[in-house]
Amino acid sequence: MIDDPNAKATDMKKQIANWGNYPAIESDEKTFVFDDQLAKLMKDTDSFIPRGNGRCYGDASLASNTISILKYDKILSFDEGKGIFECQSGLTLDQILEVIVPKGWFLPVTPGTKFITVGGAIGSDVHGKNHHVDGSFSNQIVDMDVMLANGETVTCSSELNHDLFEATCGGMGLTGMVTRTKFRLKKIESSYIIQKQIKAENLEEVIRLFDEYKHYTYSVAWIDCLKKGKNFGRSILILGEHAKLSQLNDKQKMDPLQLPRKKQITFPFNLPSWALNSFTVKAFNFLYYSKNRKKELNNIVSYEPFFYPLDAILHWNRGYGKKGFVQYQFVLPLHAKQGLIEILQKISNKGLGSFLAVLKVFGPQDSIISFPKEGYTLALDFPVREGLFDFLDGLDKVVLQYGGRLYMSKDARMKPEVMTAGYPELDQFKAIVRKYNPTGKIRSLQSDRLLLTKN
Amino acid sequence: MPTVLILGATSDIAMAIAKKFASHQYNLQLAARNINQIKPLGSDMHVRYNIQCTVHSFDALEFSAHKNFFESLTPKPDITICVFGLMENEDKAFDDFEVTHRMIDANYTGAVSILNIAAKYYLSQKQGVIAGISSVAGERGRQSKLIYGSAKAAFSAYLAGLRNKLLKYNVHVVSVKPGFVYTKMTEELKLPKLLTAYPSEVAVAVFAAVRKKKNTVYVKWVWRWIMLIIKNIPEFQFKKMNL
Repeated sequence: MIDDPNAKATDMKKQIANWGNYPAIESDEKTFVFDDQLAKLMKDTDSFIPRGNGRCYGDASLASNTISILKYDKILSFDEGKGIFECQSGLTLDQILEVIVPKGWFLPVTPGTKFITVGGAIGSDVHGKNHHVDGSFSNQIVDMDVMLANGETVTCSSELNHDLFEATCGGMGLTGMVTRTKFRLKKIESSYIIQKQIKAENLEEVIRLFDEYKHYTYSVAWIDCLKKGKNFGRSILILGEHAKLSQLNDKQKMDPLQLPRKKQITFPFNLPSWALNSFTVKAFNFLYYSKNRKKELNNIVSYEPFFYPLDAILHWNRGYGKKGFVQYQFVLPLHAKQGLIEILQKISNKGLGSFLAVLKVFGPQDSIISFPKEGYTLALDFPVREGLFDFLDGLDKVVLQYGGRLYMSKDARMKPEVMTAGYPELDQFKAIVRKYNPTGKIRSLQSDRLLLTKN
Repeated sequence: MPTVLILGATSDIAMAIAKKFASHQYNLQLAARNINQIKPLGSDMHVRYNIQCTVHSFDALEFSAHKNFFESLTPKPDITICVFGLMENEDKAFDDFEVTHRMIDANYTGAVSILNIAAKYYLSQKQGVIAGISSVAGERGRQSKLIYGSAKAAFSAYLAGLRNKLLKYNVHVVSVKPGFVYTKMTEELKLPKLLTAYPSEVAVAVFAAVRKKKNTVYVKWVWRWIMLIIKNIPEFQFKKMNL
């Protein structure tokens, strides 16, 4: 009875889902702390997918067996002079920020949540509001170690074992388990951001503004997908730069690298699925758009609300109800503005959109399986309900027709042909996966669905 | 800055204790059999908390090496926390004396061997703190914890005796008796919430006990009462029970 590890092992299957809460499956989740434990787990488990903090949206890190990296979260080194950080893959970005910000460094690339692991950042090759300037997470990596399915560890970088590196960045964990990563940080003088918000009346204007302000390091737009007519695509463009010491007020100068105070609230329960309808969404969008009274707003804010506005509400995904939601994120080439208009029209006609959609312009990216490529990317949430997937299949056609593609990290439903058509180097990716994961034992619901590991 | 020696630094409880002390700016000496396993924890503690953290090879079962191990530590730790222990399958242990022997050595003999050395040093310095992670399983002999429980019982008795012996030398000894803890050891079990502590809670209890010179700490308050009841069941009744 008492502190007894030998009592009968209960059924270890537990219910897991990623951020969209769709799909939710039973999975046998194993954890490890040490490299030798991981090697043994990888050899002994028939088939599995590595899993971080579950902040991808769909089924990329779901499988009936998962190996969680969350307890594998140690900092290995931090060169405070050069800004080089080295850690195990289960460390989350929020933990890294707490260590590096007070020393005058920042994450070179960060997505809209800090609750992701470094392993997840690599598997999804995440991008941030500065993609057009700094590229994606993989562009910041000095080198990393990947443990292969047979338990062997291989070091790779953009020069060393280049193929493994290319297929691991953005490869959704299919090549192996990232163990150690060394990456470059960005020097900052303060933890504040000089922010500029500009209201755009419509899509035309926001696209023009993106171009006008492309010299800004950080840029993103929140766009109202439900608005029709002359305000079709009305948006708020949000721009930012790390504040220099000289730009701070006297109080801020006292402690320029101060960490933001933790003010988090938790979304307490799943909202019923009828709570989100086109009326509530329109009302929300109206309020969001109207809160900025003036055309342009300039202020200085802590990095937290600038980069991670939604992290302030823990479990905000519960707002979409128990059935969950899918996030739809695609990228279209710069010349395909018409495609963006078509897709937004379909969404506003259908009245299915989410609170807000995020629009951003990517810069060029040279990689085989990472999502970003030069052009417009739009991300928006759809609560799962009847007819949604047919509707999204229709959007996929438009995306492909204009030479775009979807983000695997958000995906829970695309058809394999959509993947194949969107990623011209997919065969090369599959070949590298086969080279390093020859038996295909590292696989997920997604990789099977997209025929990346199952033929 | 005071230094804490953690013996058996690879367990979840030990890592949580290391983190707790480091966050209060104590320097750390982490000791474990497999030094490669604790190196990442060492660098992590150093970077996060800006403290000195060294790692040391230490095998609880290599009694003859304990003296050299302790002598090699510089500086000498101000606090020594003995976390290692071993729980094997009791049926296997009953069948195979090798297993029984290993469990007794890891939970009792090895601990006594190294703590005697630390105690002697503290006695000579007229200061120091020793904390031992024992177990509620050592409170009363039961069939389901035959060997583990008896070895922990011996360890608990040792810690109590040591506390008695060292008091007049200004050296304090803490006995820690965690109940259920969510660890690698128990991750496959369904444990009752009220009775189960997180390693971080054990660490908080150990830290407070060391600072406030408490004698015996149970991590979850209910355990003190549960064990009081268990200890007071008359033996003629207890021997018939299936615990």
